[in-house]
Amino acid sequence: MRFEAPTTVEDAVSLLAAESGMARVLAGGTDLLVQMKSGISEPDLVVDIKRIAALHEISEEDGGFRIGAAVPGIALGEHAGVKAAWPGVVEGTELIGSTQVQGRATMVGNLCNCSPAADSVPAMAAAGAIARVVGPNGSRDVPVEDIAQGPGKSTLAKGELVDSVLLPARPDHASDAYLRFIPRTEMDIAVVGCGVNLVLDANGTCTDARVALGAVAARIFLVPAAADALIGTSVDDAALDAVAAACSAAATPIDDKRGTVEFRKKVSGVLARRAATIARDRAKGTA
Amino acid sequence: MSQVHVHTKINGDTTEFLCEADEPLLDVLRDRLGLTGAKEGCGTGDCGACSVMVDDRLVCSCLVLGAEAEGRTIETIEGMADGEKLHPLQQKFLDHAALQCGICTPGFLVAAKALLDHNPDPTETEVRYWLAGNLCRCTGYDKIVRAVMDTAAEMRGA
Ligand SMILES: Cc1cc2nc3c(=O)[nH]c(=O)nc-3n(C[C@H](O)[C@H](O)[C@H](O)COP(=O)(O)OP(=O)(O)OC[C@H]3O[C@@H](n4cnc5c(N)ncnc54)[C@H](O)[C@@H]3O)c2cc1C
Ligand code: FES
Ligand code: FES
Repeated sequence: MRFEAPTTVEDAVSLLAAESGMARVLAGGTDLLVQMKSGISEPDLVVDIKRIAALHEISEEDGGFRIGAAVPGIALGEHAGVKAAWPGVVEGTELIGSTQVQGRATMVGNLCNCSPAADSVPAMAAAGAIARVVGPNGSRDVPVEDIAQGPGKSTLAKGELVDSVLLPARPDHASDAYLRFIPRTEMDIAVVGCGVNLVLDANGTCTDARVALGAVAARIFLVPAAADALIGTSVDDAALDAVAAACSAAATPIDDKRGTVEFRKKVSGVLARRAATIARDRAKGTA
Repeated sequence: MSQVHVHTKINGDTTEFLCEADEPLLDVLRDRLGLTGAKEGCGTGDCGACSVMVDDRLVCSCLVLGAEAEGRTIETIEGMADGEKLHPLQQKFLDHAALQCGICTPGFLVAAKALLDHNPDPTETEVRYWLAGNLCRCTGYDKIVRAVMDTAAEMRGA
């Protein structure tokens, strides 16, 4: 295996594109190094992107925030502006692993690893986050929910990497929330994860919403029926019941030792209801 | 396979080493540099026994490549005491009997120091969450948490 640590995105792309064997980007390494140790991944080339100064930045763009691919979870949590605008995305990212893992793990690595249970991704998908993909043929913008093809498999082409993710601008009276279910309080993989993002008008009526589920299908996905159940309502009990029903219906989980199909479908609805309540109260400033 | 030549600073000392491209920093510290304080409990980021600081961030050294350490500043448990004088955390771990077999102790100490450096007055809940990535099979955690809380109180008073 070769190790390279380029200082520009262009050089990283050239290295990835030129490698005839298997090439892997190294961000925080909290997935990649575990996969290398277990032999699941045996790259011929590892390209560390943490020497690329631009990828460590969190910058304001069109009223939103662009998060570089090398920003670790702990640095995202330390950014007051992102935390105020996108508390759900930040809480999803902060759920990843321990303090030690937070010192390394990136939101973009969580996205590119393509686990259906990745904690930051439902929150990002609900936020309408857009990944900037850079490759040998230039760059393209991709909604985060289209990055994964299936477990461990991305839609990125050879030589491509994700340079950053854009969290869009926030209107007034808008907020988000992410919740996951695990059998303990820390350090576990989501049995179900749910992100809800909503916008209210001055009277408290929901004018826009996005709801995403994790860990209940091969990919993290949006639930348009749940968003529709919120829009036009005051996010009252009837709307919340409809959101829960839409999410339970949309979940197509597997049975495994961590949860049955029936349990995961039910919990999808319960978490969606709770996350929507938290997002609503945050948007009203009463949370 | 050609080795990588790395220049770094460990516990204040300028250090150079050669390592394999896929060699974890933990193996470099233990097997090449003789710094055996950091332990390998799992090698997969779950137990925290390998905790070190890299550029002031607490990390698992089993999930860092040695090659990544180029130009970085690393602090390990070996740099915690001031010569023969123990760090207050080390003394409180002894006073509270917060260790039995001791395998987890260097990791807990490095992680707890990182907490107190950044939050001198943590609540018990904050201590427990901060240390959730450090596993101990012996003590049941209570004595560890008490030792950290007591150190924090003493250091604030000092
Ligand atoms: C102890 C422990 C606990 C964990 N707990 C959780 C948890 O609670 N929730 C959770 O969701 N995850 C968890 N994880 C998994 C992991 O920490 C996260 O998925 C993390 O966000 C990965 O980010 P990274 O920067 O470390 O990625 P890396 O390991 O560096 O990369 C992950 C994958 O994405 C690719 N990649 C990374 N960056 C890019 C890029 N910019 N462009 C293209 N490809 C890229 C890599 O090649 C690799 O295949 C845990 C891991 C450990 C070790
Ligand atoms: S050995 Fe590194 S976390 Fe267990
Ligand atoms: S003292 Fe034995 S593992 Fe903690």
